[in-house]
Amino acid sequence: MTKEISLEHVWVEFGEFTAVHKANLNIAGGEFFSFLGPSGCGKTTLLRCISGFQEPTRGKVKIGGQDMRGVGPNKRPTALIFQNLALFPLRSVADNIAFPLEVRGVDKKTRRKRADELLELIALPGQGDKKVSELSGGQKQRVAIARALAVEPDILLLDEPLSALDLKLRQHMRTELRAIQKQVGLTFIYITHDQGEALTMSDRIAVMNKGKIEQIGDGKAIYDHPTTSFVASFVGENNVLDGTVLSNDGKVMKIDAGLGTPFTVENHPAGGPALAPGDACHLFVRPEALRLSKDDGAINQFETNFITEEFEGNMRHIVMNASGTDLKLSLINDGTNAIDANTPVKLDFAPEMGIALKPGELASA
Amino acid sequence: MRMKSPTALIPGLYLTLFFAYLFGPLIIMVITAFNSSTFPRVSPWECFTTDWFGKLASDDKLLSGLGNSLLIGVGVVCVAIPIGLAAAITLSQVGPKLRAALYTIFIAPILVPGVVIGLSTLIFWDRIGTLFNAPYESFFYDGTFLTIFGQVTFIAAYSMLVFLSRIQRFDTTLTEAALDMGATPTQAFVKVLLPFMAPAIGSATVLAFLASLENYNTTVFTIVSSSTFTTVLSSKVRYGLDPSISAVAVIIIAITLIGAIIYECRNRYYTKGWAHVIAERPALKIATHPGTVAVILGVLTLAAVLFIQNHDSSVCTAQVLEEKRALQQQLMEQQSINTPQQAVPAPTMPNLGPLGGDEGGASAPSPFGNNIFSPENLGTSAREGN
Ligand SMILES: Nc1ncnc2c1ncn2[C@@H]1O[C@H](COP(=O)(O)OP(=O)(O)O)[C@@H](O)[C@H]1O
Ligand SMILES: [Mg+2]
Repeated sequence: MTKEISLEHVWVEFGEFTAVHKANLNIAGGEFFSFLGPSGCGKTTLLRCISGFQEPTRGKVKIGGQDMRGVGPNKRPTALIFQNLALFPLRSVADNIAFPLEVRGVDKKTRRKRADELLELIALPGQGDKKVSELSGGQKQRVAIARALAVEPDILLLDEPLSALDLKLRQHMRTELRAIQKQVGLTFIYITHDQGEALTMSDRIAVMNKGKIEQIGDGKAIYDHPTTSFVASFVGENNVLDGTVLSNDGKVMKIDAGLGTPFTVENHPAGGPALAPGDACHLFVRPEALRLSKDDGAINQFETNFITEEFEGNMRHIVMNASGTDLKLSLINDGTNAIDANTPVKLDFAPEMGIALKPGELASA
Repeated sequence: MRMKSPTALIPGLYLTLFFAYLFGPLIIMVITAFNSSTFPRVSPWECFTTDWFGKLASDDKLLSGLGNSLLIGVGVVCVAIPIGLAAAITLSQVGPKLRAALYTIFIAPILVPGVVIGLSTLIFWDRIGTLFNAPYESFFYDGTFLTIFGQVTFIAAYSMLVFLSRIQRFDTTLTEAALDMGATPTQAFVKVLLPFMAPAIGSATVLAFLASLENYNTTVFTIVSSSTFTTVLSSKVRYGLDPSISAVAVIIIAITLIGAIIYECRNRYYTKGWAHVIAERPALKIATHPGTVAVILGVLTLAAVLFIQNHDSSVCTAQVLEEKRALQQQLMEQQSINTPQQAVPAPTMPNLGPLGGDEGGASAPSPFGNNIFSPENLGTSAREGN
């Protein structure tokens, strides 16, 4: 069974410090939902509100429509996978997995049977008698998941579960986690500061900054149509130009960014705050949206000078300078994109690839 | 070949002195337990005897004191360990400011002299007893009860220190994980924290028990009219010592040694390297198993006990007694011939060694070889003083 979760105006304050600022959202049953944000933005605190280790200062956490205030962590239909996994070092792998059953008074034989089934599920069959310390990082990870699944929770909460693993294993575990979620059909709430993880696994993502949820949406919406400067600069690479709105007819915007002819921009979020003529704005153009101009007089064209290039094999990451502003440019290495380092180069971008947003806080690189 | 430089010998010399200082008294004490001389001493060696163990076994005062000590030890462990554990858990969970304050309070009983604790325990419970008009037979005036309470005040603090060093390494998210998995707080405590603390509980128990057993300066006040092992021993030292004290030491040393040997064997048996060595040698595996070692030591102990019970040294002691009597006879005869005037004090002050008081009859020799306390010398020195 799966249950939906709703956070209603949840605030968490530690003395003067506000760790979670009016979080408001609904998570559907069976969804893979991620909280994405830089370290210290309040993700763990929010997760602890859901699991019951932290009572919100104000607001409500509802699970399956039921207010959870006063319900202890051991009474909630959630299971949490801790950032450090928190496997019991003195117990064998099987005893770790069977712990939730043990505290519920399930007899030894049934426990062992269930542990073996779960070991099967996480692809560690027959390893139940090992010590936890004898497992590799990825195996511990999977044991922690199996132990949480033994609770038979309605909601599985994961707090940066892959952060301790090396890159290869991390990428492998992403697919595996997603597969396990599909297989067991539970609601997963996943916390990460790694946008790659959030984008590849999640049905929906909430981007957080300093305790505030900035935007909720699926990966594509977050990446292609960010609604705040923070989201635009935190998720993926982005170039940002300071500009002034010249005109806005609700669909097409003209923006002067001090680079010659004003830019024509068609990508600005419908739900976002409207920009009126004369307003200052941030204009975002992703490195892969910038391209070398094929012909003179193309729309949104401007002149730049070559600074440096980083060669990555399939991609070339180039830094260009446009009247004092450094711009990143990613080009496919298909032999058609030669750049002469000594002459000015003309770049342009499609109007629908320019994102105009109200000036706001940018994520630090 | 080169001569070793003198400085290279210093560590060896130091070690020798160190161990001599450490173990010398113990070794001498063990030897005195087997000398038939009525005062514990090594020389002159009279006869090899095991009679002091027999004397010890029939010393009701000492045995009942030992019984009290063991009872008090168990009581102290039962009270001090939970209190110490609770204090350590509290300290690990409160904020830094409160922790500093609480730590000072918890640790204070260790810094207070034992005598003060003993006296104050006595007075405190006496006041409370008076308040309730309790009769003198009530537990407010009961030595065992008071001693347990008096000792717990500082032994609980000792055990708290032991727990604290362990609990600082405890990952509190483990308790949270247990709660999250559906455990009640009690289950989380029993199934996660307690197993983690088990080694510390073991060592704290041993420490608390030993600290209770050997305590004197608090106990001497709180024990009131009853007695413990240490108070009986100390009164023995005051009112006349015999080698049955050494026999006690031999038994304590033997128990300690056996415990230490088994513990050490166990440690070595379970090291990785040794597991490797014995993997393909089943005979060696059985031979070095701590259980085997314990059985061997047990058999040796039993043999020693049997030997002690059956060894008979009466022939030798009788002979020594005879020799002494002859010597004394001879001395007395000499005295009466050579210096008749000096023999006058002798009958009024028979051979009374200062430590051999209650059983120092005519045959009891003075504890000191040079006889400085013998009546003759006393007499002369007294005269010289005048
Ligand atoms: N118990 C607490 N008391 C005081 N401040 C806390 C407490 N728990 C978390 N915080 C603060 O709340 C902020 C958010 O923390 P956390 O939720 O752990 O961030 P994240 O998981 O996103 O890295 C941090 O600045 C942290 O210092
Ligand atoms: Mg965190």
